Amino acid sequence: MRGIIAAGVHVPYHRLDRSEIAALFGKGGGQGTRSVASYDEDTTTMGAEAARNALRNAAGVDVDSLWFATSTPAYLEKTNATAIHAALRLAPSAGALDMGGALRSGIGTLRTALSGTGTTLVVSSDIRDGMATSGDEAAGGDGAAALLVGDDAAGTVIAEYLGSGVATDELLERWRIPGAPRSRVWEERFGEVAYAPLMQEAFAAALADAGISSDGVDHLALTGMHNRAVKRNRARLGVPSERIVDDLADTVGNTGTAHCGLMLASALEGAGPDEAIVLVVLADGVEAVVLRTTEAIVDHHVSSTVSAQIAAGGSVSYGKYLSWRQMVAVEPPNRPAPNRPSASAAHRRQTWKFGFVGTRDRSSRMVHLPPARVSEKGGAVDDMEPLAMADTEGAIASFTVDKLVYSPSPPVVFAVVDFDGGGRAPLELTDVSADEVEVGGRVEPTFRRLYTSDEIHNYFWKARPVRSVGAASAGPPRED
Amino acid sequence: MGSHGIKDQVAIIGVGCTPFAEHWDSSLDDLIIDGAQATYASAGVTQDDIDAFWFGTSQSAASGLAMGSPLKIHGKPITRVENYCATGSEAMRQAAYAVASGAYDLVMALGAEKVKDGGYQGLNAFPIPTDGTQRTLTAAAMFSLILPAYAAKYSIDEDDLRYAVAKIAEKNHYNGARNPLAQFRRETSAEQICQMAAVAGRLSVFDCAGVADGAAGAIMCRAEDAHKYCDDPLYIKALSVVAGTGAGSLDPDYDYTTLNESKWAADDAYAQADVVDPAAEIAMAEVHDCFTPTELVLMEDLGFSKRGEAYRDVLGGAFALDGRLPVNTDGGLKSFGHPVGASGLRMLYEVWLQLRGAAPGDRRIPTSDRTLGLTHNLGGYPGEMVSFVGIYGTELG
Repeated sequence: MRGIIAAGVHVPYHRLDRSEIAALFGKGGGQGTRSVASYDEDTTTMGAEAARNALRNAAGVDVDSLWFATSTPAYLEKTNATAIHAALRLAPSAGALDMGGALRSGIGTLRTALSGTGTTLVVSSDIRDGMATSGDEAAGGDGAAALLVGDDAAGTVIAEYLGSGVATDELLERWRIPGAPRSRVWEERFGEVAYAPLMQEAFAAALADAGISSDGVDHLALTGMHNRAVKRNRARLGVPSERIVDDLADTVGNTGTAHCGLMLASALEGAGPDEAIVLVVLADGVEAVVLRTTEAIVDHHVSSTVSAQIAAGGSVSYGKYLSWRQMVAVEPPNRPAPNRPSASAAHRRQTWKFGFVGTRDRSSRMVHLPPARVSEKGGAVDDMEPLAMADTEGAIASFTVDKLVYSPSPPVVFAVVDFDGGGRAPLELTDVSADEVEVGGRVEPTFRRLYTSDEIHNYFWKARPVRSVGAASAGPPRED
Repeated sequence: MGSHGIKDQVAIIGVGCTPFAEHWDSSLDDLIIDGAQATYASAGVTQDDIDAFWFGTSQSAASGLAMGSPLKIHGKPITRVENYCATGSEAMRQAAYAVASGAYDLVMALGAEKVKDGGYQGLNAFPIPTDGTQRTLTAAAMFSLILPAYAAKYSIDEDDLRYAVAKIAEKNHYNGARNPLAQFRRETSAEQICQMAAVAGRLSVFDCAGVADGAAGAIMCRAEDAHKYCDDPLYIKALSVVAGTGAGSLDPDYDYTTLNESKWAADDAYAQADVVDPAAEIAMAEVHDCFTPTELVLMEDLGFSKRGEAYRDVLGGAFALDGRLPVNTDGGLKSFGHPVGASGLRMLYEVWLQLRGAAPGDRRIPTSDRTLGLTHNLGGYPGEMVSFVGIYGTELG
């Protein structure tokens, strides 16, 4: 049996209330909220967070390959998946590939993994924005999903892959030139009409491949950036509306490349055993995938669910959102911008910088963050073992708010964090407001982009408050 | 093995200091020349009389050439010294040890910093290529970590503690207002400071040292030669430097209510100088008040206050000009300004004036039977710093 072993998502903490858009501009926006990637998040960091959540739900499974799909990559030419690979501390023998560019790469990568071999972590991530007041700005959402695909020999399969269907078409309904600030779309009616037969073809082909009828579909997860085509053509598939999976439009928005993964994760959380889930995605044609949940889903524990992450969000003002997306240029602190990180220094220290792996002295047991060769206690030389800290919570020993220092989004909220089981690190806090920080407050590490200098993204770890819903810690630090 | 010090082996025969200010019209070379001339004049010697030079600057220049070239020092050893904000004291320490070793008869330490050509407020570290994971907080934010930790440890209301450290700034502004060389010569009140906007934790801009350009220097010889140059020299009783391991940022046992390296340097210096009860034996002290909480905890680390009581002593005026142990009688970093490489030698300049009764009358400390002065100079942050303590006296023995 082959299928989904685990799923994990990352819904960014911040939410934009869509009514703020019309309040400022007199048009645009709408009802509900959309998710907003923080200034220190990009598709790579969100992908890493989603992947961390997926692997937490699949303890002991070895990953052969990591495939990363996004339409908004942090880098071109340089592989983004390698940063996620490093943040997950995967073995060098595990592959890491970008499947970037087109929105279709999200579903395409998943389908390819399901119909292939080996254990593949399929990560999809997107930041969806548009010009102020645009439909894309309001309807879009930021987020990431990770699906661990493999055989039951590698791990417990919670949803078996039954089949798929594809209807490819060369279709110019949405496009974006690399580097352009917004996507362009053709007249909506064109796509609505063009997608209708493609949906039916792919859906029918998938059901035939899986050997089920439309009556047997328990959960239909239907998505695409062409919202009108999705909504208007839905009824043609013959699945009752109560079996259609919530598209999260009211809370998260459409996360583009990541959205099929997000909806699948959400559907899995709501599914019982032996239920058929069909994923249909409209993007330059249509791809459909059919899965059936197994008995294992009953006992499958999800550490940070989609619904918990949606519930744990906090608001961001429209002004801050526009500045984070660089739609509005805000005066920076009059301090020197940070130096670019050194490629060779970062390479030497990648297990620390990307993996948040410190060291522990074997004799004194003292934890050293960052890793050290000589122990602070006892002075033992080169007698350290690596200690992965990324999944360890800590408590705030002291904190401050720095309004003077350079930051892409001042002020910097900063804490000295004492980790459970030992070890201290001074870390920037994120997804936090200064007035909720207190000595003793609980925090957990999160992979972020500190700043970009000289077109180099400086990735490292920050700490964020442990929100009571969906706390993600896996306990004490892990010896790698 | 042991730290023996050089008590009574080396004499200070002249100390000079430029005004500390935003010297928009002076270059580093100008500051070096003006600082050196003031120091030569104080000692009554010429440049040619000096056998070796130590030049302290943190970031304004590199190598001995930076001093030799503007002063046209021919054929002499010049060593550039750097040890964060303790650079000036470190230059003086190296020069004093060279005399004590017998290598030279007459030496000079000069510290200078040109900070105001950078285009940004505050001090900005020279960027060294790294993996990009280093913390990038301002020094103000790092030292602001002291207040919540101190308040919690000693069960002090945070507003009360914030007022107490503002009183430190008030005192240092009062003293600086009586110092013609100081950057800020206006008095201000703790109440005014408490009303200012916070920029780092609870700290306002007025809790931070002044950022100034300037230079200061000292000339030293063997103690037995001192009276060839000077009727009333100072004798070095102790010089101590402790560089930490950065333990505070990795050891959960560190609690941000003490500056360990300063405590260790003080302990070493007191042992070198045979000081048993610093609160009773030291006549006055110049300490590194880079931020107001720093001076607060230093009163405990230097043994001037008992643990947890510095804040009461501050409120009681113990360290005012007329207090039991006057601290930062020249206004300190807060009011005199902080040209990094010069500050340690500027502190010595005030000790030189006060112990010899040469300070201006409106800030002169009352005469007493105490003959020792202390300078404390640090660089870095709580839990990760270099720290210097020097003790000087008017009498041998």
